[in-house]
Formats: sequence, structure tokens, C-alpha cells
Amino acid sequence: MRQISYSDAIREALTEELRRDEDVFLMGEDIGAYGGAFGVTRGLIDEFGAERVMDTPISEGTTAGAAIGAALEGRRPVVEFMFMDFIALAADQLLNQAAKLRYVFGEQASCPLVIRTPTGGGRCYGPTHSQSLEAWFVHVPGLKVIAPATPYDAKSLLKTAVRDPDPVLFLEHKMLYKQQGQVADDDEHDDCRGILPLGEARIAREGQDITIVAWSGMTREAEKAAEELEKSDVEAEVVDMRTLSPMDTETLLASVRKTGCVLIVQEAPRTGGVGGEISARISENIYEYLDAPVRRLASPDVPFPASPVLEERMIPDKNRIVEVAVEMLEEGI
Amino acid sequence: MDENVEYYRQMLLIRLFEQRVEQLFTEGVIRGTMHPCTGQEAVAVGVMAALSPSDYITSTHRGHGHFLARGGDPRLMMAELFGKKTGYSGGRGGSQLMGDYSLGFLGGNGITGGSIPVATGVGLSLKRRQQDAVAVCFFGDGASNQGTFHESLNMAGLWDLPVLYVCENNAYAMSTPVHQALSIENVADRAGAYGFPGVSVDGNDVSAVRKAVVEARARACRGKGPSLIECKTYRLSGHSRGDQRRYRSAEEEQKAWQQDPIRRFREKLESEGFMDPDGTDQLQHEVQQQLEQAEQFARESSFPDPDDLEKGLYATDQL
Repeated sequence: MRQISYSDAIREALTEELRRDEDVFLMGEDIGAYGGAFGVTRGLIDEFGAERVMDTPISEGTTAGAAIGAALEGRRPVVEFMFMDFIALAADQLLNQAAKLRYVFGEQASCPLVIRTPTGGGRCYGPTHSQSLEAWFVHVPGLKVIAPATPYDAKSLLKTAVRDPDPVLFLEHKMLYKQQGQVADDDEHDDCRGILPLGEARIAREGQDITIVAWSGMTREAEKAAEELEKSDVEAEVVDMRTLSPMDTETLLASVRKTGCVLIVQEAPRTGGVGGEISARISENIYEYLDAPVRRLASPDVPFPASPVLEERMIPDKNRIVEVAVEMLEEGI
Repeated sequence: MDENVEYYRQMLLIRLFEQRVEQLFTEGVIRGTMHPCTGQEAVAVGVMAALSPSDYITSTHRGHGHFLARGGDPRLMMAELFGKKTGYSGGRGGSQLMGDYSLGFLGGNGITGGSIPVATGVGLSLKRRQQDAVAVCFFGDGASNQGTFHESLNMAGLWDLPVLYVCENNAYAMSTPVHQALSIENVADRAGAYGFPGVSVDGNDVSAVRKAVVEARARACRGKGPSLIECKTYRLSGHSRGDQRRYRSAEEEQKAWQQDPIRRFREKLESEGFMDPDGTDQLQHEVQQQLEQAEQFARESSFPDPDDLEKGLYATDQL
């Protein structure tokens, strides 16, 4: 398999789906000639034209709503929001419109819509360009939420998302765009090649001493921490959730049953985050397997600051994961 | 039947449907809330009379009239209001969320202005397909102050989308008179800011509404883009069930009743010889019977199975 970047993997997924299905089209701010704020759609307008790679006015609410309308009319729109923070402007369309359609109107209301958007800090972009707001949407029945951590998953899960008949939020972490990794090749004889189902977590690394649960950008930190822990003979298992809604509780529980010890790492502020939901699922189901209380490592409950010094303190990293993991294992003994 | 008589029948159906439904709410037979469109029947019927079966419609919280005029089945609508399984949304949507996509009727909306972007997107898709079809977007004077109105009309004007924005200016956004919320006199005048035509018509005149929509539709189908049609009308009922209407006087309402679109139209049809008093009585009797049957259907239908509560959220788990 080829090695490409996370950002190239997303572009490949879009390219292949645009070629495969005439009804697929892209909408977003500055996604045409500019290629999107992070360059993900660069060059697509040359192959597919301005009608399928549509630059929109700065109107997140109507862009999301127009994508819903087009989806109801049989299209498969893929919208890019420049930063996840801007999704607040489209909240009504996603929560009150897209998410309710199938449940209320039934089979007649199919809304195959994908919203792609970059999340996360690490670039000193400050309070309104750094947030990871996945918990808002995981809380809304009717929306699916994907947060891939590798180029392989980014490409494969985006292709799945484009083909999915329901609205999907596809979260791309800014700090992963340059990360290299293998991807599945397109195959003209098998257009399902490399397609991954939604709702399956991935064991990023096997181990039996402690489970570290992460998704999106935190997966890489968790893997680095696991490598570090190995030096002290601790075998950490890293579970990459990949899809936050629907959530793969089975894979999660299987890992915790094995290790008896679990640390959840979340980049978003602690309170009300997805980590709390994961923790509850473990406690409710397999409390008796736990050798220590479930722990969460998350950003503190403050807005994302811009200064590099403050941002560094804000986001959990490899060193803090190692620190907490060691602490937990010592307490467990 | 003469088309005018048919328009009259539809307006009467809407009026009597809303009256009966209000009564059923008052009696506690129907739970929740509803927003009657009493007084606005000419807008619903006039717009639908100008459309083709291939067109799409998005409606509002005050949408029963739109749906009935488009051919919605009163039995399934009534069942939805009763919260029954046989209702258009299986009892999940209630008054504001029922639709029939086979009629191009994409449903009402619980969010003021929420459907304006959706209709715009339907128009975007129709333009790509180069079909002889338009998207019609109903909204009120209140919704014209939402941000989505500006975003959507700008986009539709920019891309010449086949969308007809039909503003039902019924003089009140809940209790707020239109002059207290709108910085200009006519919503239609806002169209100029987006580079396409806007017209204000007498929304209590079914023929005037129909004519304006026929013209706007023809223009859109010629690839000339959207139009804004403001239908000036008056909400003779309260905003919703339980509205005591303390914000306006009895005199004002009496004056408005003199402009009742149904009475005006009946007088016109009778004076022009399309109908006689016996004929109108007969029509009224038929409509009443239809509504009685609808109510009976709703009463006799089963409630949804609570065990199905969690089904049908995604395509992979259809109800």
C-alpha cells in the first residue's frame, strides 16, 4: 500500500467519490481555486469544475440547509466548514432539520449529507478556531459522528460517509493533516475496496496492562505514550474509537475486561465531553472488571487560549498520559 | 367543476379543518399545540393552484393549509394530530412536522425560518437537473427577520436558483405587529437587495396570489432565477392554541373579518354566476362530511407502539 498524508487521503476519497457518483458535489468557503483553508480540496475544481466544487458565500447556516435540500432532492453533498467552531452558525440546520428528518418523515426523507470540518488545537489559533465540539453532536440522535486518526481511516471512512444515506459529521484534526500513512487503493473493479463500516473502533496497539481510549488527534499521543510505557515494561492497549456515533461499546468493553484499567484521553474540555459517556458505559456494564476507577485526561474547562505556552498546558500530551497511566497502575497494585 | 369553485372548496376545507382542530384541542382530545391559518387560506390555495406536480414545497409551523391545498389527505393529517400510527409521521411529528414527498410537500417546520435554506438547496439541485420545476418556500413576516432569510436569498439571487420565496405577511409574528419588527414597510422590497423581483399582493385574493405565482414560476423555469412574493393577509385566529389575543383590539379584528378571503371569494363567485347559495351550502356540507370522516378515521386509528420508539432513526433501522 502507498504512504500518503491524512490530507491527501481525504482528497483521494473525495476525488474517487466524485468520479464514482455524479450526484456527489462539494460546497464550502474557498474550496475551489484556493483549495480550502487547509488545502484539502486543492486541485479538485480543475477536474470537476465549479458546479461540483462550489465556493459558497460566507453563510454556514444556509450552506448546511441548502445541502440538506439538495440531499432530499437526491444529491450527495459534501460540505466543508473551514473550522469546526463555525458550525455554531449552522447548528439549527443540523440539529433541528437534518437530524430529525428520517425519524419523523420516515423512509421518504433520506438525507445523505456529509459535513467535513477541521477540529482541534495545536496551532495557536485561539478560542474560536481550536475547538473540538464533537460532544454537541454525539448528543443529537440522528447524526453520525466520525473522527479518524489515520490516513487509512480518513480515506476509508470518508468514502463510507459519502455513501451513507444519513447525515454524517466528519471531523478532521488539524494536527493530523500532514501525518503520513498507508491507504487503500481505488480499484476500478471493486468500488467497495477499502470501505470501512461506521461504528467500529480500532485497536491501534495491543496490550494487557491498561487500556488508553482516544480518538482523532489524541490517538497519536496515546500511541506515543504507549511506546514510552513499553520502556518500563507496561503494555498499554490503545483503543481508537474512530466513530463516536454510533459508538462501538463492544470493542471498548472487551479491551477493559482484559486490562481492568482504563484511561480516556480527550482533547475537548473535560465537562460534558464524550469521555464522560465512554466512562459511564464502562462503569455501567463491567464495573466488576475494574481494578481502579476510570480516569479521564482532558483539557481544563476553559476556552482555548492562543499563546503557545498556554495552549501547550491546555492539551493533553504523551507525557501526561504516561504520568497518569503510571499513577493508575501503581494505585491498582 | 370550475377551477374557481375548486379553489373555493379548498379554502373552505382549510377553514373548517382548522376550526374543527382548534375545537378538538380545546376539548383536550388533541394534545400539544397547533398554529391555525384561519384567514390565510387564499395564500395556500392561490400558490398551489399555480404549481405543477413536479414542484417542491417547504412549509412552516402554520402549515395545515399549505398541505391541504397541495392535496394532503385530511384523514392522515387528522390522525397525525391525534398522535396516531396512521398519521403522516406515525405520530412523531405532530402539527408542525407532516409531509408527503410524493406530492413534493417536504413538510412543515418547527423553527421559524428553518426551511428557507432547505428550499434554497432543493432549488440548487433542480437547477443542476435543468428540470421544469421550482422549489416554493413559505415563511412568515417574522421569519423574514432571521439570518437564514438573508443568506438564502443572497445565494438564490447569486446563482439564479428556481426558488419562489412566498412570504405570508399576516400582520403579526406571534404578538408582535409587523411594523414593530420590520425596518421597512414591505418584505417584498427586500428582494431588490438580492437582485431579483419582489412583489406585494393582496394575500386575501386567491386570484391575485395565483397570478403572481404563475408569473414567478414561469420566470424561474426560464432560468431567470428566484422571486419574492409577499402575500399581505391577516391571521384571524390567535397565534396558537391558548392565545387570548390581548395585543390587538376587537375592532381591529372585526375590520379584518370584513376582508375574510373566503367570504370575499364566495360573494365574487356568486355575483359572477359561478355559484349560487344552494351550491355553496352543498359544498359546505360535502366538506363537513369529509372532515367528519377524517376525524372518525383518526379516532379509530391505533396509537403507535411504544416499543417502536427507538426505531427508524437511521436507514439501517427502518421502522
